[in-house]
Amino acid sequence: MTREKSFDVIIVGIGGQGTILASNILGSACLLERKPVKGAETHGMAQRGGSVESHIRIGGVFGPLIPPGTADLLIGFDLLEARRYAHYLRPEGVMVVNRQLVVPTSVHMAGTPPPTITQVEEALEGFRLCLVDAEALAVQAGSPLTQNVVMMGAASHFLPLGYESLRKAMELQVPAKTVETNIRAFELGRDAGKECGDRITPR
Amino acid sequence: MEPQYLLGNEAIAHGCLEAPIDLACGYPGTPSSEVIDILRVCPGRGYYVEWSVNEKVALENALAAAWCGVRALCTMKHVGLNVAADPLMTSAYTGVTGGLVIMSADDPFAHSSQNEQDSRCYAQFSRIPCLDPASIQEAHDMVRDAFRLSEEFALPVLFRPTTRICHSKGDVVLGDAAKPGRKGEFHRDPRQYVVIPAHTRVLHKKLNEKQPGIKKRLVDLGYNHYQVRGEVAVISGGIAAEYVREVLPDNVSFMKIGAYPIDEEWLSGFVRLHRKVVVVEELAPVIEGAVREVSGTVEVHGKKDGHSPYEGEFSPGLVSGILSSAGISPAVTYPKVTPAPDVPPRPPILCAGCPHRAVFYAMRKIFKDGLYPSDIGCYTLGLQMGAVDTTICMGASITVGSGMKHAGEERDVVATIGDSTFLHTGIQGLLNAVYNGADMTVVILDNRITAMTGHQPNPTTGVTATGDPSPPVSLEAICRACGVSFVETVDPYNLVSLTTALKDAKARPGVKVIIARQACVISARRAGIKRGVFTVDQDVCTDCGLCIQFGCPGIERTGQGVRVTDLCSGCAICTQICPSGAIRKGGKK
Repeated sequence: MTREKSFDVIIVGIGGQGTILASNILGSACLLERKPVKGAETHGMAQRGGSVESHIRIGGVFGPLIPPGTADLLIGFDLLEARRYAHYLRPEGVMVVNRQLVVPTSVHMAGTPPPTITQVEEALEGFRLCLVDAEALAVQAGSPLTQNVVMMGAASHFLPLGYESLRKAMELQVPAKTVETNIRAFELGRDAGKECGDRITPR
Repeated sequence: MEPQYLLGNEAIAHGCLEAPIDLACGYPGTPSSEVIDILRVCPGRGYYVEWSVNEKVALENALAAAWCGVRALCTMKHVGLNVAADPLMTSAYTGVTGGLVIMSADDPFAHSSQNEQDSRCYAQFSRIPCLDPASIQEAHDMVRDAFRLSEEFALPVLFRPTTRICHSKGDVVLGDAAKPGRKGEFHRDPRQYVVIPAHTRVLHKKLNEKQPGIKKRLVDLGYNHYQVRGEVAVISGGIAAEYVREVLPDNVSFMKIGAYPIDEEWLSGFVRLHRKVVVVEELAPVIEGAVREVSGTVEVHGKKDGHSPYEGEFSPGLVSGILSSAGISPAVTYPKVTPAPDVPPRPPILCAGCPHRAVFYAMRKIFKDGLYPSDIGCYTLGLQMGAVDTTICMGASITVGSGMKHAGEERDVVATIGDSTFLHTGIQGLLNAVYNGADMTVVILDNRITAMTGHQPNPTTGVTATGDPSPPVSLEAICRACGVSFVETVDPYNLVSLTTALKDAKARPGVKVIIARQACVISARRAGIKRGVFTVDQDVCTDCGLCIQFGCPGIERTGQGVRVTDLCSGCAICTQICPSGAIRKGGKK
């Protein structure tokens, strides 16, 4: 049986942050480059403001699930969620994470001290980490709802997919009336991720 | 055709268009819902489509259509098949003339379900063929072929994808959609369709006589196949077969089961070529049972000897472990990793501004010592507010509540049930409770939509599956017709009227119904309803924490005190809870 290794990406966040749209962008880009692709995502009750994960296997020919400890890239829409799923990455894997933290309501209710951005960042220090201020860039692009596309722009430096096909895929996937805002968001994300791309060389 | 990146359920829906189907019925349930959701919005649709009030109704509709010679699809989740089990069992006896495919989507790991039952057992039980896809492409191809198979054997066919098929995505090659053109016509034949004992004894024999032919045909169809590569073999089926392919060494034989019943002679031929066979399948040991029946002296490993679990979802890592445990060195092994231990949980939660939260809050206030049987829906998340004591299955909140009272429980019972669930199987429980003199309060959480599965319309919504307007059912009139004399409708965003109604109900004997009616916040947002911005006046706030305890994700505590976040939908319940009046309308988001 073919054992060409797929490039495995895990996208994590909070239900409602747009992980499914992000995974659609990757899937669509794979089709444009005629690469096989498999993915798995969270639906139903589990997505009501809960922790969500999408698996995408670029070049994948087997099942959609990525075994823990083997993912090549983690894209995190929230710092805490990146930390929660960090064990999915292989040791040399790269993490591209939105530098924001939504404290789970359960923490407020329990009255325990909420984790801070600094604490979570410190906990992620061992990883090859690229932090992106996606909220500010999304607002700059014209809509805070485009944070997921900002993140895809930033992550584009680490994906085995061409810039052209990723951008085209993004244009195909976002709602038609928001294409221009999303193009700005993607480009701002791409610029922000460039420094990481220069610093974190592929291994 | 060019490949497309599709969700499993999208590929399945397209397979139905290729068949083509003439009728589709279903009741929403994760992971099955998107199939009807896609079929109902297909442009140029030439078939009938409906969201039925429950799975039994959906199946009986579809069965009748298939008796009339058209192709009918009926969709549900695994637990829905329990509701439809009654017609299912007999539909195998009556058979069909048109194609009838029953899609029952299983949920290993119970990602969004109350149990992990295996629909393949129902196929075995009712003696109908079952198709169990291992990939999205196969799910697409299989559902299309299932209609042909159904017509060939004049039997319903069970189609059983699992969560990792329905809700995974992949590059899929689709065929062309065909134009539905059949017109149903019922040919009277009481010996076939009236299952009085004299007829049914004949029909049962006929059903049994069909079995050998089905088994042979399924092998010919190619959904069950194998490769002999060594003296040890792995047999797998469903999505687990993909995990096996990922880790299987080259010198181990492989058999994949995609269709049931399995031809014993064919299976035996393969098993006996080997010294040892390992069976890898999620949930029930259906393949393993068949293998053990024909294995003779061949060594068989699987669930029954502890190498493989009966419960939960499989993964490449878990399958690799099963192979090792059974003495096969997997071609791929995975690192042992542990998740970070100190990450606070982020479970799914009622949305900011969800009207159900206010109801649970008020119930806890008025019925401090009450018991809270609940039901299946978003509102099951009221568990986190301590307002859900039981959840069994659709419609079981009212029946469980009346059972508690009849058992002698003296505390107040307050059952909660959603509008869709009430129409599904709640009504029968209500009329039973009233007629038999139960003493309880029933709160119908009426948000006019089936929210949890993706906002499918139901008879309270006022539109059908295809968007045609229809008169919404009156829950008040149904409850009164069931014999309830105390029926109060309240707006849960108005805490005063909500608590007044609860107090009134508490003071009366018998079955009382409160209908808490307010649109689902997601529906309201999509409809463009804006209720304004709210802020906390830091000079007035005493930081008492009551609003935090309300559990709304739109309120958080920061280093600078309590704050209303961007998630706020403006329901204003917190302004009614705050004892110092510190939360007010207005201000900047």
